[in-house]
Amino acid sequence: MHLTEPFGDRALTQPLVERMMSLAERLSPRQVRLMEVCGSHTMSFFRTGVRSLLPDNVTLLSGPGCPVCVTPNRELDQMIALASLPNVTVATFGDMLRVPGSRSSLVQARTSGADVRVVYSPMDALTFAEADPSREVVFLGVGFETTAPTVAATVLEAARRDLRNFSVLVAHKLVPPALRALLTSGEVRIDAFILPGHVSTIIGAQPYAFLESEFGIPSVIAGFLPTDLLEGVVGCLELVAYDQAEVRNRYARFVRERGNVAAKSVLEETFEPCDAEWRGFGVIPESGLRLRPHLRRFDALERFTLDLPEPREVHGCLCGEVLKGMVSPDECKLFGTACSPENPIGPCMVSSEGACAAHYKYGAHRAVKV
Amino acid sequence: MRNKTVTTAHGSGGKASRELLESVFLPHLPSRLLAPLSDQALLPRPEGRVAFTTDSFVVKPLFFPGGDIGKLAVCGTVNDLAVGGAVPNYLACSFILEEGLPVADLQRVVRSLAETAREAGVEVVTGDTKVVERGAADGMFITTTGLGVVPDGLDIGAHRIEVGDVLLLSGHLADHGITLFCLREGIDLASDAVSDCAPLGELCSRLVSAAGDGLHAMRDPTRGGLATAVVEMANSAGVSVEMDEAAIPVRDAVRSACEVLGFDPLTVANEGKVVAFVSEDVAPAALEALRSHPLGRDAAVIGHVVPSLDGLVWLNTPIGGQRIVDLPAGELLPRIC
Repeated sequence: MHLTEPFGDRALTQPLVERMMSLAERLSPRQVRLMEVCGSHTMSFFRTGVRSLLPDNVTLLSGPGCPVCVTPNRELDQMIALASLPNVTVATFGDMLRVPGSRSSLVQARTSGADVRVVYSPMDALTFAEADPSREVVFLGVGFETTAPTVAATVLEAARRDLRNFSVLVAHKLVPPALRALLTSGEVRIDAFILPGHVSTIIGAQPYAFLESEFGIPSVIAGFLPTDLLEGVVGCLELVAYDQAEVRNRYARFVRERGNVAAKSVLEETFEPCDAEWRGFGVIPESGLRLRPHLRRFDALERFTLDLPEPREVHGCLCGEVLKGMVSPDECKLFGTACSPENPIGPCMVSSEGACAAHYKYGAHRAVKV
Repeated sequence: MRNKTVTTAHGSGGKASRELLESVFLPHLPSRLLAPLSDQALLPRPEGRVAFTTDSFVVKPLFFPGGDIGKLAVCGTVNDLAVGGAVPNYLACSFILEEGLPVADLQRVVRSLAETAREAGVEVVTGDTKVVERGAADGMFITTTGLGVVPDGLDIGAHRIEVGDVLLLSGHLADHGITLFCLREGIDLASDAVSDCAPLGELCSRLVSAAGDGLHAMRDPTRGGLATAVVEMANSAGVSVEMDEAAIPVRDAVRSACEVLGFDPLTVANEGKVVAFVSEDVAPAALEALRSHPLGRDAAVIGHVVPSLDGLVWLNTPIGGQRIVDLPAGELLPRIC
């Protein structure tokens, strides 16, 4: 039997579906708005068909949890400029390749001769650097708390090996400060959060305590398989129905209260929090990471001088609003017309975790079944 | 062969080219039609309609569990003929070799190509070899052009798909794509995965015999996977299709690798599978025919053509939900987290 099969077993999901329906009925006619913070959740809700089972008075909004999508044009421009420097190899996760910056994308830079390589682990970039000491290798450190520890471990390893031709463009972001910014902005009404499983595996449940204590917003940490997703929705509806604002952990098979202590320790040793710019949000205090002073020699922005013009945004692209849950992807005028996965204008259409890509791929913009 | 690697002299058309041909290619390709080494093959006029197709193969790495570029170059073209109902007869093979390619590798590929051609019942009747300088090709590229015959009276194509048709799949999905992806990227996620690369001529002809006129359309779900094959056929036919996810066979190791990488097994490539629309009345016999062949042992009914105006392909998920299946966009790239 497949390892994940029990989590998609109808005998297990059916009672959850019934519980979801009965809670929604109890809440009716109130419209309940749940934000799934994580991009992988957005995709999973569609892919597993759980989204098609949601009651009419429950709306799912996508949040700022797609790492590619929240990367602002300023950072994208830096990545593309680094790739375009002579004698530089840029190593990146595949998701970043096609994301358009102000004027170009990494894939366009590669077409023009830049050495851009897709890697599956940041350690692959170290291998490139060691194999050819005459080239500078820059790894693009994109992602939330989930990916940051492996990048941190890679930097520590580069220091141990005393590599002189390896650096990282650190564009990591932290999820809890973004949730705070979202709630503080007052721009969107959310009844509850479905919190990201992968991020929570690293940071634990504790960092979300402020959602309850400061904002009174209920939230549930959930995984990505059908039962996990349904548990997430059911948990949120229970909390909303009974007016409870606690943080529930429904992904306890991976998420501990204090998270992954070893990963957090590597993060702590390598990075310190800093203010960071997010697409759609602007600068959010203490929401990014930067290398600690003793490791700054591995910071690509310290090693290379980039003189870049101010970033430009595409007129009409609503990725920023989509990431804040203010609009649904199909409310963007570019969606499905000028902007599609084949010809993406905004990052939310490029990333495999992007809300626009999910809505497009699974046809939320097309005719409802007759 | 005096040289251990391919050199530009082997592409000169002179003595070295002749030596390569005689020592590497001809011993494995015993066709009477190829033997004269003319600029063309003279073929007897066939009875029935001529089916003609071509495909280029640029796979990396050249050798993989379950096959190699030679086997793939025969299977890919033979299968394109077979799913149209044609009996594959002849192949033309064109090789582009990169300077420095070990001759032993070329010999291995030619041997495999010849063996697969024999297995598929096709004759290699003409060919060509070019050598390009180092760096201009990834070891070896092969283009095969195939010719087959569709018996008169046999009418297979998307135009014949109709409401009520049953959708059959001949076996496990995504084995080829995942095997190659993991090997190419050095990811040990599905270490026991093996490509399904295989010639489908015999399997398809068994299906043709069992289903007769009830066989409406066939495709081999190669690049773009099952999703692309079914969506394209449904779009051409102007019908809606409902598939059942639980009925679609995917091996555990392959499914796990897809989950980790963020791939949908429905969009990953296959090289030895056939998907077919048949009328409801012949479906049991058609399924039985597939299952009676080693390449179709795990065949399953995976969906139906449904009366609907939306023209979409729907997937019923195991938990009772539904989602749309669409063409994949861009290349397969694993997600960030």
